Amino acid sequence: MWEQIRSNQMRSVILVIAMAVLLILVGYFLGLYFFGSGTGGLIVALIVWAILNMVGLFRGDNILLSIAKAKKISRDDHPRLYNVVEEMKIASGLEKMPDIYIIDDPALNAFATGRNPDRAAVAVTSGLLQKLNRDELQGVIGHEISHIRNRDVLLMAMCSILLGSIVILSWYASRMMFFSALTGGRRTSSSSGGGSAQLIILALALLLVILAPIAAQMIYFAISRKREYLADASSALYTRYPEGLASALEKLGASTGQLKSANKATAPMYIINPFRKKGMAASDLSSTHPPISERIRILRAMAGASPSDYDQAYRQVYQKGNKGVIPASALAAGAVSFRAAAPQAGEKEPDETQRKRETSDVLWKLHKYNTISCECGTRLRLPPGFKGNRVRCPHCGRTISI
Amino acid sequence: MLAAYIIGGIVVVLAVVFIVLYNNLVRLRNQVKNAWAQIDVQLKRRHDLIPNLMETVKGYMKHERETMEAVTKARNLAQQVASSGAAVRSKAEGELSAALGKLIAVAENYPDLKANQNFLALQEELTSTENKIGFSRQYYNDSVLRYNNQTMMFPSSMIAGVAGFKADDFFEITAPAEREAPRVSFT
Repeated sequence: MWEQIRSNQMRSVILVIAMAVLLILVGYFLGLYFFGSGTGGLIVALIVWAILNMVGLFRGDNILLSIAKAKKISRDDHPRLYNVVEEMKIASGLEKMPDIYIIDDPALNAFATGRNPDRAAVAVTSGLLQKLNRDELQGVIGHEISHIRNRDVLLMAMCSILLGSIVILSWYASRMMFFSALTGGRRTSSSSGGGSAQLIILALALLLVILAPIAAQMIYFAISRKREYLADASSALYTRYPEGLASALEKLGASTGQLKSANKATAPMYIINPFRKKGMAASDLSSTHPPISERIRILRAMAGASPSDYDQAYRQVYQKGNKGVIPASALAAGAVSFRAAAPQAGEKEPDETQRKRETSDVLWKLHKYNTISCECGTRLRLPPGFKGNRVRCPHCGRTISI
Repeated sequence: MLAAYIIGGIVVVLAVVFIVLYNNLVRLRNQVKNAWAQIDVQLKRRHDLIPNLMETVKGYMKHERETMEAVTKARNLAQQVASSGAAVRSKAEGELSAALGKLIAVAENYPDLKANQNFLALQEELTSTENKIGFSRQYYNDSVLRYNNQTMMFPSSMIAGVAGFKADDFFEITAPAEREAPRVSFT
């Protein structure tokens, strides 16, 4: 069923092609309008697209991670997070262990990046590590790993580059049209008395400039939402425990923090939309992501852990008779039952206070602070440039040698 | 002349179909092998963790000699059959899981263990290793299911018969008492 989910991307591919066609149309008609030839416009469109491609595909991962101010961690920094990622890597059959990053931000969010599964990374915020228990973390990581596994990162990168090109072209074209309309002179290469053909081109170009960005955005959102459902279904399949992700989404949805470091282009890669009105719960405002409440209801309505169970739950929640969200070929697989309740669930898992302490330890360490503890129980953080070999405990007054 | 072309065409089409089906079987078999290697890694890791665990527990659980010996014995047995097939191994590993489960259950009676840093780290490692065994088993069984289906379903079953693709065993934890992963908790 894994292969099928991955290979059956027909609808997504068709939508990407639709966006490409849109870009070509925009280029062609703007070319006709400004240069009098469609080819010139096509070339301009192609150049814009190619430049964005270079930026996006060659430096995309690094840009994304550095914009988010993510710091890479190793196994020793946070064994639980590392283990959870490794568990999901095994469950999904991914061949290479993705890099793990922590974003120092109290908002609850996570994203995956990497052009191909061999060079992938997952990043989680420190707020997420504090708030979620192990099962919930597993659900979230399962969701991110399936973005990697289903190659959504590449798909969404391609989409956002197409979208970006269309938006840039239309924006500049509309400014130029507006400006030339104001100054009266339109374009130099026009033969006098263009006639009705000119008018049609003008109308089409205007229409495209206004409508293309909107249409492209709609397509983009449609693809993005579909991949989110698919990633939720895959997460349920990997963990065999949809309740973990459902309960995590509940916590994510109830949180009000906005991720400082996200931007519009990177939004679809996060597990929930990072842009939310300040002070409002992250409920159903997003458009790159399906409404969180619906996602939770679908996950909770699942009768088993297989993609077809997810599909059934989806139809049940949306009251759609026969239109599911999972590609048909992925539904053929047999029944998949839930796993037994987590062996580690219950009282002995680190509680939120412990998780908070643990997370802040990791963050201090990532910023190269040195932590020492005094006999009285106080813990001192020494900054990276600290010189000298003894320090006085501010709490009890003992002198501690380092 | 035309007949020759038709026959040639049919031969080519059959050859292509054969190659595609054969390669598909090979791919699935490799995936099963790969998945098995994953289980292997995790089981080995569990075997390696147990001496560590015993060393840590020893000081605290002086009155639980039998339980501890059962774990060591089960672990040694599981190590001995480490190169056997899935069916034999799953039985031995199931017994080890059961013995470990008992040990962990008993460990709950020793609150002192909670203070031990070593123990806390081991707790995370054991929990995660059990999870990883579970997940790699899950992936392995899914891979086996896909592979077995291909060896039994019609067009490729013929090729499987001729080229010697045999159905694989599932890996189930077979100890009757303890089907779930042991509860790894020391508090």
